[in-house]
Amino acid sequence: MSLGQYAKRERTLITGACRPSLPRFVKMRHDAGRGRWILLAPERVFNPDDIAVAVLQKCDGERSVADIAGILADEYKAPLDLILNDIIDMLQDLADKGVLNAGELSQQ
Amino acid sequence: MNEVTPVEATAVSAVDPSCARAPVGMLCELTHRCPLQCPYCSNPTDLERVATELTTAEWQDVMRQAGELGILQVHLSGGEPTVRKDLEDILDAAVKAGLYTNLITAGVTLGRERMMKLAEIGLDHVQLSIQDVDSDNADRISAYKGGLAKKIEVSQWAKEAGMALTINAPIHRQNILNVPRMIEFAIECGAGRIEIAHVQYYAWALLNRSTLMPTRESFMTAAKQVEQAREKYKGIIVIDMVVPDYYAKFPKPCMGGWAKQILNVTPSGRVLPCHAAESITHLQFDNVKDRRLADIWLNGDAFNKYRGTEWMQEPCRSCPRKEVDFGGCRCQAFALTGNATNTDPACSLSPLHEEWAKVAEVESHSTPPEFVYRRVGAAKVTVGGT
Repeated sequence: MSLGQYAKRERTLITGACRPSLPRFVKMRHDAGRGRWILLAPERVFNPDDIAVAVLQKCDGERSVADIAGILADEYKAPLDLILNDIIDMLQDLADKGVLNAGELSQQ
Repeated sequence: MNEVTPVEATAVSAVDPSCARAPVGMLCELTHRCPLQCPYCSNPTDLERVATELTTAEWQDVMRQAGELGILQVHLSGGEPTVRKDLEDILDAAVKAGLYTNLITAGVTLGRERMMKLAEIGLDHVQLSIQDVDSDNADRISAYKGGLAKKIEVSQWAKEAGMALTINAPIHRQNILNVPRMIEFAIECGAGRIEIAHVQYYAWALLNRSTLMPTRESFMTAAKQVEQAREKYKGIIVIDMVVPDYYAKFPKPCMGGWAKQILNVTPSGRVLPCHAAESITHLQFDNVKDRRLADIWLNGDAFNKYRGTEWMQEPCRSCPRKEVDFGGCRCQAFALTGNATNTDPACSLSPLHEEWAKVAEVESHSTPPEFVYRRVGAAKVTVGGT
């Protein structure tokens, strides 16, 4: 069998146009025992804060990062640019850790 | 072993286990049977026999109890877990209990159909071991012919099924020069993660220490290569490294602290604070056949013995790092000093540290003896008492 078919060659950069989603193997659930949301991933358990939870719950592969920023800017009555930058930073961090499908436009 | 690696992040940070009473992870050694005979195997040298293994129903009950206790992740391991024909039934119980599931496998016993079936049941993550990227050397290390080609197939099936894939590469004197190629291999496989896991010297690895111990120079070179690869492959693959503590200044926070994050269930159902804990010969371990998992975790003698920091002696007791590395590893302290409450000699503050570091220096520069392969009855001497 030849290798390379599934190899990732380049780092994915998150932009406002990406339509991110959690991969099949990353699970966000509420952990009742610990009273918090958790993100389960290979050999990792992440503890997203309230904003991160709000963002990740909207990462359905349909909405773009810009759409999500728009919704949250409304909800939190905050400047859109600021929210968008924060969200991009957070999602980039998760993408670099391999726990987010970026949903780049070029791949759709 | 550092199973759950803490991750730094801004908005999404690793769970602080101190606020949780339940363990984060459970390592289940479903069996000690394995077609490979790697001389650094983390199983005890006194391997458990098939007749003593828990039944399907008993393992399924362990999974249910783990879910109720609040355990988040289960690692289905061995030996080679796939030699259990009821792996699917055990996995199914784990998935239904809400556990995040990880299969730790050598891969050589798997076929495509079974991989797809495991994915369908709900397996999240496959952690595939390699012995080397040079096929002949891999065969020699594992005493198994043609393993690498099989592992390549397994890696592609895992990806095809949409599961997370980690390549686990135990590193030692006999393959340390290939670290950069192992990372490239993992990328070619499509792995999201690789563990450059320097061998930890317990059980079989302790028996084979002088054959496996790399020189300090080769370790430093490999560590630098990992650092460069992390930079180069940022966003492409996550590289985790477990360092060999013989060359460390401070000990590893073994298991994230005794009885703090992880528990281990042996093939026959004994519940341990870590997979090497039975090497501490005066500890008594409870069995899931006699006692509930939660009760063992909270109240079991072996768990409470070294939980927290009360048991510590100096220099640990007054050390500012006591909540950072917990005085290192109890098993190593016991094996090398005869007292599990002593400071792990991996710590530069241990009075035995220099003598101990010299062992690595001498052994890594001497002609390596033949491997003692991992086989039932192969370990004639008892590991633990030096």
